Formats: sequence, structure tokens, C-alpha cells
Amino acid sequence: MGAEYVLEMKNITKRYGENTVLEDVSLSVRPGEIHALLGENGAGKSTLMNVLFGMPVIHTTGGFEGSVSIDGEKVNIASPNEAMLKGIGMVHQEFMLLPGFTITENIKLNREISRPNLVSRVLGKNLETLDMPAMARDARKALDKVGMSIEEYTLVKGLPVGYMQFVEIAREIDKTGIKLLVFDEPTAVLTESEAQQLIQVMKQIAQSGIAIIFITHRLEEVMAASNAITILRDGKLAATRNTQETTMVEMAELMIGRKGQGMVSAPPRTQPLPDKLVLEIDHLAVDMPGEEVKDVSFGVREGEIFGIGGLAGQGKVGIPNGIMGLYPAQGQVRFMGQPFALNNAGAALRSGMAMVSEDRRGVGLLLDQSIEDNIVFSAMQIYGQFLYKIGPFTNKNGRACRKVTDEMIQELDIRCTSASQPAGTLSGGNQQKVCIARALVLNPKFLFVAEPTRGIDIGAKKLVLETLVRLNREKGMTVVMVSSELQELCSICDRVAIVSEGAVVDVLAPDSSEADFGLAMSGIKPGDMKGGADNG
Amino acid sequence: MREKTDIRTLLRNNAVTIMFIIMCAVCFTFSGQSINYVIFELMSRLSRNAFIVLALIIPIVAGMGINFAITIGAMASQIAMLWVLEWQVPGIGGFLLAALLTAPIAGFFGLLIGNLLNKMKGQEMIGGMILGYFANGLYQLLFLFIFGNLIPLNSPGLVIKGSTGVANTMDVSKATGFKYALDGIWKLPFGQALYVFSGVLALFCLFLLLRKRISGKKFGLCLGVLAACCLLYQIPQVAGIFSMTQVPMVTFAVVALLCLFNVALMRTRLGQQFRAVGQNRVVANAAGINVNRVRVIAIMISTILAGWGQLIFVQNMGSFQTYGAHEQVGLYAGAAILVGGASIVRATNGQALLGCILFHTLFILAPAAGKNVFGDAAIGEYFRVFISYGVIAMALVMHAWGTVQKRKPQNALRAAVR
Repeated sequence: MGAEYVLEMKNITKRYGENTVLEDVSLSVRPGEIHALLGENGAGKSTLMNVLFGMPVIHTTGGFEGSVSIDGEKVNIASPNEAMLKGIGMVHQEFMLLPGFTITENIKLNREISRPNLVSRVLGKNLETLDMPAMARDARKALDKVGMSIEEYTLVKGLPVGYMQFVEIAREIDKTGIKLLVFDEPTAVLTESEAQQLIQVMKQIAQSGIAIIFITHRLEEVMAASNAITILRDGKLAATRNTQETTMVEMAELMIGRKGQGMVSAPPRTQPLPDKLVLEIDHLAVDMPGEEVKDVSFGVREGEIFGIGGLAGQGKVGIPNGIMGLYPAQGQVRFMGQPFALNNAGAALRSGMAMVSEDRRGVGLLLDQSIEDNIVFSAMQIYGQFLYKIGPFTNKNGRACRKVTDEMIQELDIRCTSASQPAGTLSGGNQQKVCIARALVLNPKFLFVAEPTRGIDIGAKKLVLETLVRLNREKGMTVVMVSSELQELCSICDRVAIVSEGAVVDVLAPDSSEADFGLAMSGIKPGDMKGGADNG
Repeated sequence: MREKTDIRTLLRNNAVTIMFIIMCAVCFTFSGQSINYVIFELMSRLSRNAFIVLALIIPIVAGMGINFAITIGAMASQIAMLWVLEWQVPGIGGFLLAALLTAPIAGFFGLLIGNLLNKMKGQEMIGGMILGYFANGLYQLLFLFIFGNLIPLNSPGLVIKGSTGVANTMDVSKATGFKYALDGIWKLPFGQALYVFSGVLALFCLFLLLRKRISGKKFGLCLGVLAACCLLYQIPQVAGIFSMTQVPMVTFAVVALLCLFNVALMRTRLGQQFRAVGQNRVVANAAGINVNRVRVIAIMISTILAGWGQLIFVQNMGSFQTYGAHEQVGLYAGAAILVGGASIVRATNGQALLGCILFHTLFILAPAAGKNVFGDAAIGEYFRVFISYGVIAMALVMHAWGTVQKRKPQNALRAAVR
């Protein structure tokens, strides 16, 4: 020991090709400290942790700049296994547990205690007999440390989710020589009381001298658990603070930050929007893996641009996917005053809704088909447009297809050699435009757009956003835009709903303060903060 | 209400086994066979087939499904047997020599198969099956062209007369062969075999009790059951059923050893790795287990065991079809283990043995029942062939259905909303 910091990461810079994802980031953790690591998606938290654990993704893409020291000693961590040997452990967000094994077997997985037997003396250590009682004793000790009284021979299958988290922690603690534990969003799957218990356990672990890096987006927990905080924003170090010296509002501001003025601005409305709701969502739940929606209710007014924001994995993308019938959904939805049938993609399209999917290459486009086929495909399938019949045979009306495609290419400025170019060969931005064109050919009254600017360049972003505004203002189309880019949402939307943990936290005006958005993203309704905010 | 659903799940989970028990009962009534004959036949079929079915357990535990590539293990043992016949090593010596030769050949094949299957994770079963067909081609090349042609065979009767290539049938029942090498060492009438079996099991339980592996209560129960069996056998009518049956003690001892091996292996580090890899490769990998290596070892063990299983089969039959004996091995063994209630992700010794008993009971009864009902034994034969394919198809469908059931919207949503 002796060194002041158990872990020092200094001036870490990491580039993927030309894309700089981490720039000059430093992180120092004292022994026995709970250090919170905060940041939006894409702020660089996971890249920083990948550097720490020597993940292959870092080393196969050219390594990183900067230095990592453990206990004051400069180290070079080349693989996760080496990180483990150096005393760094990870409590995964997704459980690395085997359901068919007992708690003991899971805690001791691949670190089993075994006794030699006749065969193993000849054929090696792998055939040694397991010493279950000794393993159980170790497991018991580790379980006691995390305050779990559960029987160590219980199968993991059927345990409550919260318990699994504690088993995972017990496994890390059981490893000898552990100095630093990384908790990646540990409370995301826990109930409130379980989360409190977890924080208690984290404090206990920290007291025994093990340092903890606590990655989370829940600001309340950061305030409750941590001693120090490092905030990342856009791959840069935004601030390092001691927890006593900061407030939730400040943290929220630092997390979101100012990213300059929006590049697109919607013209102000000449007359106020009607109060008539075109889409009413009541207790919607969607089972979209990784983007689960638990209980969402809101209404969209006719003719408005409605934004849905929030961190990745919180369920914002699940909302349009659920309504459009792409993932199993449940709940009450009324569209234009009529009850709306869920889990039926065809019916959703026929009712006058359309969607531009966030998964452009997977769901949005038929990559090997021409632009033309992509654009007319939905209209052909849903409405039977662009077809003519000869006797029993239905044929594609090539001329009409070409006409509408050329119109779209012109209107959306799709850069291509011709309408017959395969969609897969277009650039990301132009692919996105093809997706929008396909939705437009359906003449929808209502358009869902999910992550329309993901992975496309700035010029294309601007054009896509301008197109959305124009469709809204000129054609009166109601647009619901889901995006991780808060900036975009605020620049063109009339209202922005922030989703956290599968539920709408609040619906905010686009000119609300950064702190409000930041708090909402961590699941705190800004209105509730007044009064309780500053005593942290 | 709750109990009712429990019974329903019980029925659903064991549908194949229950269906087979019913079919066996129906066939028995129509077949007109005496129970003496059925048990006599069953005992010999069990002794020659159980081993190869048990060879399937380890790959199932390691998450690779039913190892249909055991046909290749059978081929390896047939190569070994050919050379033992060529060298004219008779009796148990020949058998052991063949077993010794089989191990490296089958082990090498297993290594190749395992590495190939590692390239097609999730498709092991179809991969193993197709690999078996492919290997059959190489096997024919070896036996038709290379053996007896490039590598001369001198022993009489091994080569097709007036032509090239190995003869159609390999006869091991001659004086130089090893028919009954294992079976013939020690045979006992059923009654005595039962006493020996009970005695050994009682001693084993006592050993476990002294090592404190089982409780006294369990020990008592075990002794009680054994004593009851022996007492039951004292009733002349019961004893009469088994009057024809002779038990090859050594063969069953070998089968019992394999069962013990399967159990003991699962209690080692390697066994723990098999189980971990079988449950979730990602988690096992994260824990630092070399997943590919573990899978290759599982297939190697299974292939070698299958080779030995084929040896046991042949020493009982007395001959084998050079170009056909291995072909159905994977299918029948796979069907048998599924009939016993195993699934493609879970299997135990008990399931393998039960499956073997049921599957072969139907094999014995179906032709006779077919003859009595339809007037033609071929129809019964036809039924049993299509049933063995049907069993595999049903097991696969039920596995897929069970997985889909978990993913149904309402079930998933319930979990999501919590």
C-alpha cells in the first residue's frame, strides 16, 4: 500500500480511427473510497473502463495514450485476466451467473477448491475432486460480508434479481487480493430497498479498504454513497468533485453541459397547437430487449413535434417499436380517438402511422435491393400501390415507382448514381433519407422517427432535421422523434418527454434548463427537487 | 388448482417417456409374446446397447446436444476390430486389444470433430449428423480401397473373394474371434445375479454411509428396497418370469463402471467446467474457462466411449456389417436417451438406462405386434423405425417449444413489468 491512490489513470486518450472517444481524461481513486463515475451515454465511461480492464477492443484498435498506475506503480494491463490478477474486479451489469449452479458453485466458478485423487495424480489438476464443503465455507464468508443470510447451497435459478446482484458481488469479494471493484450500473435492476441495501454493502466493502468505482446515472445514489465524483462529458473530463462540495443540480448541469447552439431551429408557430390529442398512450409496456418499456403514459397533440429523450437502454426506443408492433407490447393506446390494436405491424401502418426505425441496416432497409424497391416496398405491401393487374397476376408498376422515387431523391437530396443503386452501398446519411422517403410514400398522418441522426455526418443531420420540420409545418404531419441527442430534440420539438427506467419522468418544454434535463435523465422529476436539492 | 397445473407440467415434461410406456404396453398386449421371452431379449439387448447410450451424456451436459457423431466412434472401433481379426487375437485378449486400439483412433477423430463443432456452435447436432455421413464416405474409401489393396490383409475371409476391399460381414464368432469375450467371462442366472447385485449395492451404500456421503435414513431405505427385491424374487411366479434370463455379469459391471465414471467426472474440476460451459458459454468464458478446449474434451471422451460401446455390441452379436453397422448407431442411441426423458440440454445415467429399456422393449415387441394386428411383421418393423425418428423430432420440437414458451409476449411482459 502506501501510495495515496490505489488507482491513477492519467491523461488517457483513446481514438478509434479518427474518432476521439476519450481525450485527456484522468481518474484517481483512493483506497477505501467510493468514487462515482458519471456521464451521459457516449461520454466515455465504458471506454475508460475498457482501458482499465485491458479489454481486447482497446488493444486491437491501437491501444491508448496515457498511463495507468496501481498502488503508485505504473502497470500495463493487457487482458481482463491480468486486471483480475492485479486485484481489479468487475460487478457486471448483466449477471455473469449460471442459473443451474448453486450460489457456492457460482462464487467459486473456475476457482474451485479441489482435492487430488488417484486419477488426477496421473492426468492432472483438472480431474481433482471438488471439495464442496470447503467451497461452501468460503462462499459463506463472502456472503456474510455482503450481508446475505441465504443458504449457500441454493440454486441461483429462481433467486430474486437483487439477490443475484449480491451473489455477483460476493464472488468478486471472494477473490483474494482484490483492491478495486467496479460496479457498472449495479442498481439498475434493483428495487428501492435492495438498492439501499446495496449502497450499505458498498460502504462496508469500502470500509475494509477496497476502493469502489461506482458507475450509475442515479444522482441520488451518487450523493448517498460516494466520497468523490468524476464526471465525463463527450469524452472529456467535465469535473472532479468531492461529494460534500457539490449538489445534484450542479452534477446534472455538468453532465449535460452546453453543447453550443442548435444547428437547426424550427420556425416559431404562428398559432398555438390545438389541444386535441392524436395519440394517447396509457400504461404501455414493451418487451424490447435492452430497451424495455415498463409503464409509459403520455399524449401527443395533433400537429406537434414531440420529442422523447433519455439515456440509452432506458426504454425510449422501445416506445415507437412497441406501438408499431415490432416488439411485444401491452397497454391501452388510442390513435385519432379510436382504440388502437397493439402487436400488429400491418394494422399500425394501415392506420396511417409510419416509422423510421433506429436500426437502419437491420429493420429499415433491404440492403441488397435498389433505392427504388426500398422506397416503394411498404406502400406496395400495405396499400397495394404501384401495382397493376393482368388477370390473376399482380405486377409492379415500374413507371410509377420510378416517378415517385425520382421525386423523393430530389426532395430529400439523396446522393446516388440512380434510383436503381443498391441501398446498402449508400452512405449512412443517404440511407437514412431513403428510410424517411419510404415512410413518406405511405403518406402518413403520424410519423415516428427513432434516432434519425445516429451515425450520420453533420450535413446529413441538418437535412434530416430540416426535413422533419418541413413535413410538420407544411404538411401538418405529427412527428414523434426519439433521440439520444438532447440538443436536437430541444432545437425542433414542441415538447420533450424524458424516459428513465422504462417510464416517462417528465414532459419538459424545450427551453427548460440543463439541470432539469439532467435530473430527469437520472429519474428525478425536476419539480420534486425544489427545497430538497441543496442539502444533498 | 395449483396441483393440477403441476401434474400437467409433469405430464408435459415426460410426454415422450409416458407415450413410450403406453406404446410398450399396447404392443405387449397385441404381440402375444410371453413376458419371459421379453425379459430374456431385453437383458441381452440392454447389455450390448447401454454403454453406447451412456456415452451421450457428457456432450449433453457440456451443452452440445446429442452427439450424433458417435457413429464416427463406432467406425474407429470397427477399424480396430478389423486389425484384431487380421492379427487373429482371440477371446478377451483380442477384445482388450481392440479396446486399446480404439482409444487413440477414436480420440483423434474426437479431436477433429470437436474442433469442427467449435466452429459451428449452436448447430452441433446437425453438424455431427452430417459429419457422420461424410465420415462414412471416408470409411468406405478406407475399407474398399486402402485396406486389402494398398495395405494387404492376409487373414482368410476378411477380403472379398476375387475382388478388392474388405468383406461385407466381419465374423468374430470363429475360433480366432472374440465373440462373448466379455459376456462369457461370468454369466449367472437372474436370481443369483440379483443377489450379487444387491450385495454389491449394499456394500457400496455402506461405504458411502461410512464416508458420510449419505444419511442413515437413505441407507436404510436403500437396504429395504434391495431386501424387498430379493424377497419378491422368492415368490415362484416372480422367479418364473426370469427363468430364461442369464445375466452377463462383467458386461453389466462395465456399464455400472461407466455410470460411476459419469457421476465421478461431474464432481471434478473438469466436470464443473462441462456443466458451466453447458449452461452458458459467455459466463464460463468470463470466468476464465477455455470453452473450446472443454468442448473438444467432451466430444473426445464421448467418441472413445462410443467406440468401446460398439465393441461391446459386436462381441455380443458375433458379427457386424462392415459397411452398415455404424450407420444407425447415433440415431438409435439418441432416440433411446430421449425416450428415457433426457432432453438435449439435460441427461442423467438413469434416463439413459430407462430410455434403453423402453426403446428396446418396443424394438422387441413391435414386429410381433405388427404381425398380429396387420398380418405382417414388416409393418411392425416400419413402425419402430418411424417411431425412432419421431421421438427425436418430438424431443427437438418440445425443446424449441419450451424456449418459445418462455419468450411469449405475455410471459416476457409479466417479467418485465414485475
